[in-house]
Amino acid sequence: MSKLYSGAEIVFKCMEDQNVDHIFGYPGGAVLPIYDELQNFKSIKHVLVRHEQGAGHAAEGYARSSGKPGVILVTSGPGATNVVTALTDAYMDSIPLVCISGQVPTHLIGTDAFQECDTTGITRPCTKHNWLVKDINDLAETIHKAFEVATTGRPGPVLVDIPKDIQFQKTKYKKPKKENKSNGKYHNHFNQNSIDQLIDLMSKSSKPIFYTGGGVINSGPKASELLRELVYATGFPITSTLQGLGSFPGDDNQFLGMLGMHGTYEANNAMHDCDLMINIGARFDDRITGKIDEFSPNSKKVHIDIDPSSINKNVKVDLAIVGDVKNVLSSTLKSLKQKKSKFLKSNKQKTSKWWEKIQKWRSVRSLDYIGSEETIKPQYAIERLYELTKDKDSYITTEVGQHQMWAAQHYKFNKPNRWMTSGGLGTMGYGLPAAVGVQVAHPKKLVIDIAGEASVLMTIQEMSTAVQYNLPIKIFILNNQYMGMVRQWQELLHDKNYSESYTAALPDFVKLAEAYNCVGIRAKTPEELDDKIIEMLNTDRPVIFDCMVDKVENCFPMIPSGKPHNQMILGPKDQESKKITGKGKSLV
Amino acid sequence: MPNSKSAYSFSNKKEKFDTHIIVVWVDNEAGVLARVVGLFSGRGYNIESLAVAQVDEKLKISRITIVTTGTPQVINQIKLQLRKLVPVHKVADFKREDKAVIFKEMALFKIVGPNNKLESALKACKKYNPILLDKTKKSNVIQITALRREIDKMSKDLKKFGLVSVSRTGAVAMTRGADIFK
Repeated sequence: MSKLYSGAEIVFKCMEDQNVDHIFGYPGGAVLPIYDELQNFKSIKHVLVRHEQGAGHAAEGYARSSGKPGVILVTSGPGATNVVTALTDAYMDSIPLVCISGQVPTHLIGTDAFQECDTTGITRPCTKHNWLVKDINDLAETIHKAFEVATTGRPGPVLVDIPKDIQFQKTKYKKPKKENKSNGKYHNHFNQNSIDQLIDLMSKSSKPIFYTGGGVINSGPKASELLRELVYATGFPITSTLQGLGSFPGDDNQFLGMLGMHGTYEANNAMHDCDLMINIGARFDDRITGKIDEFSPNSKKVHIDIDPSSINKNVKVDLAIVGDVKNVLSSTLKSLKQKKSKFLKSNKQKTSKWWEKIQKWRSVRSLDYIGSEETIKPQYAIERLYELTKDKDSYITTEVGQHQMWAAQHYKFNKPNRWMTSGGLGTMGYGLPAAVGVQVAHPKKLVIDIAGEASVLMTIQEMSTAVQYNLPIKIFILNNQYMGMVRQWQELLHDKNYSESYTAALPDFVKLAEAYNCVGIRAKTPEELDDKIIEMLNTDRPVIFDCMVDKVENCFPMIPSGKPHNQMILGPKDQESKKITGKGKSLV
Repeated sequence: MPNSKSAYSFSNKKEKFDTHIIVVWVDNEAGVLARVVGLFSGRGYNIESLAVAQVDEKLKISRITIVTTGTPQVINQIKLQLRKLVPVHKVADFKREDKAVIFKEMALFKIVGPNNKLESALKACKKYNPILLDKTKKSNVIQITALRREIDKMSKDLKKFGLVSVSRTGAVAMTRGADIFK
């Protein structure tokens, strides 16, 4: 007879077989049997966070930078509810997470027991699927299934809720099944006919554009390689969503920069005026499309996505190809080489006018800002950070707000999986714990959280985690003492009524760093900025960098409320002439 | 076209709402109905009526019949979103006007009153396969199977004969002929 294992042992046996090397968690009453077994499984390292939300975001950072699922272990009740924000964040941005939560013993479920909550009920809308395991004989199979659901098709978070008595009970262990029976949930069955149609559209187009998103990153590094090959083979311009940055080199001439609400003038105008839009792994999010009725009115639209429900959800498309980006791109390239081997040459003439137009938009230089010798402009800080780190293969996370948009605009990414930011949910407090997770996955790399002072305070306790595990993350705070994006919207839309967006009692971040037993650095003037950044980079310990920036700088360009792509506000000078009208105020 | 008032811009185009019947085959496991219904409420879809029961004891498959309204785009989203749920095996959808499909609801009427009124009530139900389930000197319980609007009408018409209580199910559906739902 084969050996019997306890539920707690089975949890770790499953993780071993799923090649898990790190889990992020926080112990508590309902998971103590699992924590008791931890020491017996040497290949699995546990990272103790300071708040379960931190565990969730750290697991997200780990997953996005490594391509492997992030694993979380939390207790029942508050442990589970604290992780809900991170699960929702991962759900919105399609990040594979497996969350194991403890639950009160089965006989106490439904009695309002101590630290009981309806975890599967609460997390149902923010996971791809979740399970409450009520029978020890289902445990191994359920955990293996959880990993499969999290990582196949469009990735996402899952949760397995395990009552405490199940963790003690014993049964045989079941290995994961070899064949991946996907229950029809995984779609990768596009046909050659749609690829031929795509190539036909491409060869007829004189104003084409690639619009790429996080799906390219999620499809793996190979997808980014193929994307580059396709973009170079066609000579078409390419723009990317916030989540897609890095799949195509940010400093390449064919790259028009990010599109959307704070995208570049050239990217948004090209989206508006194009005659062929090829969406690869993006989802026509409302921050991308602007006013939907006037979104790219004269283009044929192609949508390549692994999730059938993304097709025609927000924007109706002319050609839909449901499949994994990597496979679709590979087929497209193959057909392109066979049928139109001289595509680039034949197409150069056809798109030359289009490129001229794009150059004209480019010459507007929409990311420019008015520099200063007295105060550090936030854009300048990002530019200097980029210049001083671009040769280091660095990993960047962010919080949410102005600093996030400036980072997306001014930091150029050349590789996938280097840029971790909360896009869909827009979670302030994401960046610091995400940086912890990234550094765990890549101990030798430079990991920087470009932060705002308001966001970073939401999860600042995770500095303690970074110190405990010697994770030398760099928290680069653009400190303007305001919730900058809130302040900007109040300025533009609410008659400068800065209601509650100023933080009057900020901590001294340098002293705070010292209290956490890490290093605090402050930069106050543009003159000293470079030296201070270099000092930060030379410090092999966690650093909180307090970069005191212009307090009232706004993030431009910007598509104002209720406007289409071709009506952007450019900068301080342009602003006066295009005031947002009363009707545009009700946007967020 | 008037200016949109929001960056969360909605289409100004007024699209027609159709009534559809969605049939979903699911694993009969804990919480599966909550997943399906939660998807509808969470994404703002309508549910006009709902009928659920296990149809295959061995495979533990339940069949859920949902009557819903929406634009063609919304109906399409409902189907695609349902298919993503892990316990969902199959989703079928048809318009209420579809002649190839039968759909029926059942209602129980309790009538209380003198004998002549009880008889009149039973007579009035004649078109809808009435079955007398319970009879006393003062009361009747009548079962009918009919379309939604027919039951609506009967619920009104029977008032004058002493209707005191109505209980009704959601619609269930079946294809005509030898075909089955694909």
